[in-house]
Amino acid sequence: MPEPEVIITAQKIGKYFYEPEKFKVLNDVSFEAYRGEFLTLVGKSGSGKSTLLYCLSTMDTDYEGELFIASEKVTGQTPNQLAALRNHSIGFVFQFHYLLPEFSCLKNVMIPALKMGKYKAAEIEERAYQQLDLLGLKDQALKPASKLSGGQQQRVSIARALINEPKIVLCDEPTGNLDSKNAQIVFDIFKKLSTENQQTIIAVTHDADFAAASDRIIELADGSIL
Amino acid sequence: MAINVNLDIALTHILTRKRQTLVASLGVTIGIGMYIFMNSLMAGFGQYSRKEIFKTNPHLRIFREDERSEPIYPSSAGEKMKRVLINPALTTSSKALNNPEKLLEMVRNMPFVTTAAPQVNVDVFYNKGNSQRKGITNGINIDAADAMFNIRSTMVSGSLDNLQGNLDGIVIGRGLAEKLSLNLGENLTISSSKGVLKIMKIVGVFSANNKNSDDTKSYINLSAAQQLAREGTTFVTDIYANTIDPDRAAEFSTQIQTLTPYKVDPWQVTNADLLSGEKIRDVMGNTVTLSILLVAAFGIYNIMNMTITQKMNDIAILKAIGFNGRDIVRIFLTESIIMGTLGVLAGLLVGGLCIHFLSKVYVGGPSGYFPIYFEPKVFGLGAFFGILATSLAGYLPARKAANVDPVTIFRR
Repeated sequence: MPEPEVIITAQKIGKYFYEPEKFKVLNDVSFEAYRGEFLTLVGKSGSGKSTLLYCLSTMDTDYEGELFIASEKVTGQTPNQLAALRNHSIGFVFQFHYLLPEFSCLKNVMIPALKMGKYKAAEIEERAYQQLDLLGLKDQALKPASKLSGGQQQRVSIARALINEPKIVLCDEPTGNLDSKNAQIVFDIFKKLSTENQQTIIAVTHDADFAAASDRIIELADGSIL
Repeated sequence: MAINVNLDIALTHILTRKRQTLVASLGVTIGIGMYIFMNSLMAGFGQYSRKEIFKTNPHLRIFREDERSEPIYPSSAGEKMKRVLINPALTTSSKALNNPEKLLEMVRNMPFVTTAAPQVNVDVFYNKGNSQRKGITNGINIDAADAMFNIRSTMVSGSLDNLQGNLDGIVIGRGLAEKLSLNLGENLTISSSKGVLKIMKIVGVFSANNKNSDDTKSYINLSAAQQLAREGTTFVTDIYANTIDPDRAAEFSTQIQTLTPYKVDPWQVTNADLLSGEKIRDVMGNTVTLSILLVAAFGIYNIMNMTITQKMNDIAILKAIGFNGRDIVRIFLTESIIMGTLGVLAGLLVGGLCIHFLSKVYVGGPSGYFPIYFEPKVFGLGAFFGILATSLAGYLPARKAANVDPVTIFRR
């Protein structure tokens, strides 16, 4: 079996919170994530797992240490470079769905691809339909995002995260708001993405069953990997 | 492509908040409408009062300034000189311009002079029976003076042409005619300060819609005025000149001043009081309209600020999925500019309608219809200021939006 390709390298990531007083949330965390790996970050609340996820997301740049994505150094890049990187290489799924309420589901899915500007609008629309179809939401495509149920919204946000075929999908409590049936659907989608599309999934979760079924669990406690 | 998606998002935001958009635009509409209306009003007034000025004033006037007698020995001559008591007084020398024909020729040859005319102004008394009125009679070269002041258009009865070669004819103002109850064809005795008495026949009555000139002024043949002044045919007190651009009269006057030792006054000097009034009016009007515009801009600023506070989540999502700060600024700036443009367009329409209706209002009196006109410059400036103000008002909140930190939003 060939050596798996490293997609994320975190080297001694350290992070402080300054409110209410100076406090080290992440204590020189180092780990690697591989292509096609389904990774879960677990730990008690306050252990720093979400903080780590936001450092990996490139949205939080106020940390010590170095971060590499696909062997490219991310630490120190300009905000515009990071935005472009997020656009084409990283997909996000949040706990509270976070769709743009004024837009249809279809449009929500299309926006990251329109922003990337690699394909024509018609092609993007076609691909967005396919994405929604895969997630069983084709009928809801033209409804406003705010009219959907929680599980449906979560799946739309997954479709949005996948539209640009990112190397990495980051999830913050993706099933935290869902009933067990919907949680299972979401889990199956992630499993399929990592095995079939060779995309790397990193999910923060409290759900023990969800974590247990993933490829690898990284447990954090007091800002360090156990 | 990226620009299109920004525009797409901005349009969706605008369309889902029609009411707020309408309110913000309406503020701009009122601001721009008022700006255009007030400025057109001021410009119209300016034009009107200038027209009134040029009915009786030339762009340039060349005349002999009163001179004071100078001491024979200047006081700077030193101690050796005895001081002589002097009594500064106006020199009694005549008000005549020397060699007026040549000066007139030179003035006419200046490239910027359109018309120039000699004039003899004589202070006179108009006498009828026992009633006597003071005034001034202008000895004119009929055609040249008409070209300058368009006197023919002010005639209410008789004809200016009757003065042509007629040393006994006089054209008087309507006010004077009424006060002395004189009619066309009747005789009027005028006496000059030089003691010359002449009986003139009224051949015309004019009305310049200016009480002062209607009550005191009269026109006679240039030669008749020279007789009243007890002077010869070369006697001229004033040379009047009109130029291609009255706004540059001051500049032209300094050019003519190099040709002659006599005083050359542009109309702005002669009418300084009117012009300073106009200036004050302009400052007042501009202050009012710019404040209104500022209030409208604040309206947009407020609404955009509110929108951005409401849309913190959306901004965080957009940033997460790869929109950078500049995109966010573009999205929200586009929204304010759309609101601003809608407001400006409606404002141009409102301003135009106001002007249209007011210009149909008859005020009566000398001014006739309300002096307000369509000034393309005012519309252009209004649109420019409107877009500028709304862009600025939109930019500040948009920049705030661009600085939103998505992590703090997601972690709430």
